[in-house]
Amino acid sequence: MLSGIYGFLSASFFVLMDAVDVAFTEAAVGSGISPLLMLLTVALVGRHEKQNPGRGLPALVLVTITGALLIIGTLSMPDFGSANAPAQTHVGPYYIEQSAAEIGIPNIVTSVLASYRGFDTFGEVAVVFTAGIGVLSLLMLKSSTPETPAVTSAHKHKILRIVSKILIPPILLFSLYVQFHGDYGPGGGFQAGVIFAAAIILYTMFFGVDIAQQVVSSALLRVLAAFGVLLYGSVGLVSMLNGGTFLDYSALADNPITGQHIGIIVIELGVGMTVAAVMVMIFYCFAGQVNTAREADE
Amino acid sequence: MLSHLPILQVILPLLGAPACLILGRGKLAWLFALLVSTLSFCIAATLLYTVYHHGVISYALGGWQAPWGIEYRIDLLNAWLLVIVSGSSTISLLAAQSSISTEITLDKQGLFYVAWLLCLAGLLGILATGDAFNVFVFLEISSLSTYTLISLGPNRQSLWAAFRYLIMGTIGATFILIGIGFMYIMTGTLNMADLAERLPSASESPTVFAAYAFILVGISLKLALFPLHLWLPNAYSQAPSIVTTFLAASATKVALYLLIRFTYTIFPSEFSQFIIPLADIFVALGIVAVFSASIAAIYQEEIKRAIAYSSIAQIGYMVIGLGIGGVLGLQAALIHVFNHALMKATLFMALAGIAVRIGATTLTSMQGLGRKMPWTSFGFVAGGLSLIGVPLTAGFISKWYLVSAAALAGRWPLVFLILLGSLLAIIYIWRVVEALYFKSAADNSPVKEAPLTMLIALWLLILGNVYFGIDTRLPVSISYEAATALVEGRP
Repeated sequence: MLSGIYGFLSASFFVLMDAVDVAFTEAAVGSGISPLLMLLTVALVGRHEKQNPGRGLPALVLVTITGALLIIGTLSMPDFGSANAPAQTHVGPYYIEQSAAEIGIPNIVTSVLASYRGFDTFGEVAVVFTAGIGVLSLLMLKSSTPETPAVTSAHKHKILRIVSKILIPPILLFSLYVQFHGDYGPGGGFQAGVIFAAAIILYTMFFGVDIAQQVVSSALLRVLAAFGVLLYGSVGLVSMLNGGTFLDYSALADNPITGQHIGIIVIELGVGMTVAAVMVMIFYCFAGQVNTAREADE
Repeated sequence: MLSHLPILQVILPLLGAPACLILGRGKLAWLFALLVSTLSFCIAATLLYTVYHHGVISYALGGWQAPWGIEYRIDLLNAWLLVIVSGSSTISLLAAQSSISTEITLDKQGLFYVAWLLCLAGLLGILATGDAFNVFVFLEISSLSTYTLISLGPNRQSLWAAFRYLIMGTIGATFILIGIGFMYIMTGTLNMADLAERLPSASESPTVFAAYAFILVGISLKLALFPLHLWLPNAYSQAPSIVTTFLAASATKVALYLLIRFTYTIFPSEFSQFIIPLADIFVALGIVAVFSASIAAIYQEEIKRAIAYSSIAQIGYMVIGLGIGGVLGLQAALIHVFNHALMKATLFMALAGIAVRIGATTLTSMQGLGRKMPWTSFGFVAGGLSLIGVPLTAGFISKWYLVSAAALAGRWPLVFLILLGSLLAIIYIWRVVEALYFKSAADNSPVKEAPLTMLIALWLLILGNVYFGIDTRLPVSISYEAATALVEGRP
C-alpha cells in the first residue's frame, strides 16, 4: 500500500521535473507491479519480522555518514533548473538541436534512449532478462500442471468476470498504442511491456495461474523473453552487416532517417516483448509459489 | 569484421544467453556456452594483440561519436583483463558440466548456463566500455547473474549467501550510480575520456569529492576490500564449486579494474592524491586485509571457505600495489591480477574435483585423498605453492614485483609485512597438504579420480602456473606498458 503510494508520488515528482517518460514507467512499475510482487512475497513469508537486537547503533552511524555525504554532494550543485548547469550546456544542446535532423522523431527522449544511447537500453533489456532468469531459476514452476484446471472462484463471480472482460481488452490496446506511439509522445517499449503484462496479470488474478497458463504458457514466455533480446541484438547485427557499427540504424536503409525510424520501432518492439514476458513470468513464479505453499498448508 | 571486435567481444555472450535459453538444457546448453566462451576468449586475445601493436581502439556504438554516443575503448589495461576474464570463464566452463551435474538438478542446468553467459557478458561489458553509465548497466547484468549463479548452490545456505551478497552488492552498485550521477551533474557528460577532461575544472567542489567517495566505497564493496569483505566467504563457499572457480578468477578483478580506471583515468590525479591520503589508506587497508583474512583462513575447517578468505588477502596485496603507486606498484598489482586468477582457479578447480567425488571439502573428509586422487591433489599442491610464492611458479613473480616495488619506494617495513603474509599462506596451505598426504582416511573405500574434463582444465591451469612462473615476458611487458600509460595519463 505504502509502496504503491510512493510509486505514484515519485511518478508525479518526475512529471514536475518534466520527465514524463520516466514518470510513465514509474507509474506502471512503481505503483503497479512492484507492490503486487511485494504483496505476494508477504503472502509467502510471515507477517512479522524477527527481532534482531544490537545492530542499531552501527547502522545509525553508517546511515548518518552516508546521508551527510549526500548532503555535502548537493552543496555545490548548480541550482535546480539552472540554464547554465553543465548538464544543460555540454551534451544536452546537441541532442536538442540535432536529433530532429539526425533521427527525425519529435520525442527527443526516445531519440537519446533508443539511438544515441541505444546500447545502454540494450543493456537494460538484458538486465530485465537477467532478473527473469534469476527468478525463474529460484522459483521454477513445477511442470506438472493439473490436466483439468480447477474451476476457480472467479468463474462463479459474475461481476469479476464481466469487469475483467471490460477492462482487459482496452488495457491491451492501450499498451500497443504506447508501444508504437513512443516516437511521438511519452511511451515506448518499457512502459508498453509493463502495461501489457499488467493486463495478463489481472487476468491471472481473476482466474488463477492454471487457466492463465492455457492462454500464455510459461514456455511461450521464456521464448518471448529471449526473443525480445535477440530481436534487439539482431538489429545491431544487421546494421553491422550493412557496414555501420553496432546499432547504427542509419545503415539499415538508404535514407538514414528512414533507417533510424525502422531501427527504433523494431528495438522498441524487442524491449516491449522482453519486458512483458519477464514481468508475467516473474508473476507466475510468485503466484505458483503461493499456490504450492497453500497446498502444503492444507 | 576485424574492426567490430570490441563490440563482438561483449554481444557474443550477451546474445548467446537468450539463444542458450531457447536452445535447451543439459549437455547442449553446455556445449553452446563453451563454444561462445571460447570464441570470446579468441576475440580477447586478438584484441590484446592488436592493442599491443597498434595502440588504443575506439569503437563508436550506433555510429554516434563520443561524448554524444557510447564509446567502446580498448587500451592495454582492459584488453589484459578481457583476456583474463574470458580465459577463466572458458577454462571453468570446460569443467562445468561434470561438476554441476552432481550439484544442480537437470531442469535448472539450462538456466545455469544462461546465467553464466550473462555474467560473462556483464563482466566483459564493464571492461570494454569507455562510458561511465554503461559501466553501471553492465555491472547490473553481471551482479544479477552472479546472485543467480550463487543461489544455485547445492545447500540451502547458498540462498542466504546469495541474498546477503545481493544486499551488499546492490548497495555497492547504488553508490556507484550516485557517484556517476554527481559527476554528470558537475560535468554534463558520461564519457570517461570526456569526464577526465572536464573534471579538473570542478575538482574543488564538494560534489566531485562526494562523487569520488561514493564510487570508491561502491567499488570497494564489489572488490571485497577489507572491511567490506563480509559477503565474500559465504558467497564463495556456498556457490556451486565451478562458479567459485570462475568468480574467484574474474569478478573481483573486474572491480579492481574499475578502481584503477576511476582513480587513474577519470579523476584528476592531484585530486585523488592530495585531498585524502588515498595511497596510505590503500596500503593500510591492504595490510589489514592480508593479515586478518590469512589468519581467518587458518582457522577454517571448510577448505573452500579458507581459500575464499585467502582471496580477500590476495586482494589486499593488489591494493597494496595500488597504494605504493608509480609504474612499479601498478605493474605489481596488474601482474598479480593475472597470476592470482591462475592460482585461485587452480585451487578452486582442484576443490571442485574433490567435491564431485566425495561431496564435501572439509578438512577431515579430505584426509588421505592424496593417494586416492593423486592428479587432483597435486593440482591443489601446485596452486598452493603458487599462492605462497615459491620460485618457478607464477605466484613468485607477483611477490617479487610487489616486494621490489615496495623496496624501491624505500618502504622496508612494508617489504617485511608482505613476506610475513606469505608465511601465513604457508600455514593454511600446509594444513590441507597434511590432510591430503600425511593422514590416513577414516574409511578406505576407493575414490575415483576427478572426471576427465575437470582434470584437463586443472592441468591446463597447473601448466599455466608453471609456465608463467618461468617465462614472464607476456604479463611483465603488458603490465609495464599498461602501467606506464596509466601513470603518464596517456589517453
